[in-house]
Amino acid sequence: MDYHWNWGVFLQPSAMGNGTYLGWMFAGLQLTVMLSLSGWLMALFLGSAVGVLRTLPNRWLGAFAAAYVEVFRNVPLLVQLFAWYFVLPELLPRSIGEAYKQSDPVVQQFVAAAVCLGLFTSARVAEQVRAGILALPRGQRHAGLALGLTLPQTYRYVLLPMAFRIIVPPLTSEFLNIFKNSSVCSTIGLLELAAQGRQLVDYTAQPYESFIAVTMAYMVINVVVMLGMRWVDARVRLPADPVRR
Amino acid sequence: MAYSFDWSSIPGALPFLWQGMLVSLKITATAAAVGIVWGTCLAILRMSPVRALVWLAAGYVNLFRSVPLVMVLLWFFLIFPQPLARLLGLQPGTDMRMPSAMVGFALFESAYYAEIIRAGIDSVARGQMAAASALGMGYGQAMRLVILPQAFRNMVPLLLTQGIILFQDTSLVYVSALADFFGAAYKVGDRDGRLVELLLFAGAVYFVICFCASQLVRRYQKRTFIT
Repeated sequence: MDYHWNWGVFLQPSAMGNGTYLGWMFAGLQLTVMLSLSGWLMALFLGSAVGVLRTLPNRWLGAFAAAYVEVFRNVPLLVQLFAWYFVLPELLPRSIGEAYKQSDPVVQQFVAAAVCLGLFTSARVAEQVRAGILALPRGQRHAGLALGLTLPQTYRYVLLPMAFRIIVPPLTSEFLNIFKNSSVCSTIGLLELAAQGRQLVDYTAQPYESFIAVTMAYMVINVVVMLGMRWVDARVRLPADPVRR
Repeated sequence: MAYSFDWSSIPGALPFLWQGMLVSLKITATAAAVGIVWGTCLAILRMSPVRALVWLAAGYVNLFRSVPLVMVLLWFFLIFPQPLARLLGLQPGTDMRMPSAMVGFALFESAYYAEIIRAGIDSVARGQMAAASALGMGYGQAMRLVILPQAFRNMVPLLLTQGIILFQDTSLVYVSALADFFGAAYKVGDRDGRLVELLLFAGAVYFVICFCASQLVRRYQKRTFIT
């Protein structure tokens, strides 16, 4: 292979004059992490709500939650992203839409990407939360109600604390997925890690080094998240876990 | 709502959109077929007594499961097109978008299929292998005639669900400028200035296809479920 390896290219000042190429990669990494964490917070909050809705005795709430999950699971992530970025500003009332479209483009991209990732992942989190609640022995709910707790109180004090503890492993894989799915947001121009990888290929003419570095960055994110969630799991694991005996 | 919908560009563009859908379906079918075959090999390699093979298979699966699909597609589209063309015996200068997308998807999905198949093989009772050996079958025969058929019957819903996910993921060939269904819809919308309508149309089509497919899988699961 007559390719000239040059790992030192990362320490060279960039052609645009804004730091080194390594700085570009770190900027992309920073954006990826911020985007994924914002999406994850949204996903946890919304997903838990929708997951609980699916387990309630009320049929209309259950149907709404089921429809929510089906919509976000059956449309590809890229289509959803383009819908949030291109379609939503057009459908807002004219004054708000105009103001939004004239704001900082990076903010528009970030908001669209974070909302898209958050809602897409919330459907999957909802399924996991529902599975966790359904995995608990049925007597838990009945016991809570028999003790005089209202249904919301039963969820808050009896069901949800246990359910969240037993779904930590599937939530870990959803958390990892959100970091990987953030790479899709490079298609709307957001300069996160995958987009910075393409920029590096274009500007440094060292494609192998650029892509190997970006791939390793994703693997490092993977390892950090897995170790973090393993620590969380060790702290909150139930001794008598009904799922992972 | 201030936006006035105009759906008139869709009927005329249907042939072009259909070509894009064919591309999506071709990639899905190729990646699923290769993915299941290579995934089965990986799953079996992971259970082999040779440490190096276990390490290789596990490393492959973990690598492709920790990297985003966008990166894999870009690897094969931006970095590897020439070596890939030489490997596949194609003329230098052929349009590498479709081959690189197919190879990228196939290799990526194999890792996910390998995990599903590994779980499926593990779910077959240990006694089956013992019984097969007691009947005089070698490891290969036992796998082929006893274990794998049972494993696949258990795994069909998961394999089909992964296939639906794969179909949705084919929209990501957008990053290599290949016109699958979504890429075609975007191009038509961009050309006619009716991006909103085309994006909503594409979303609706994907929803209908994937929802019907997942309902079929659910019905199949109910019919073949053996406690």
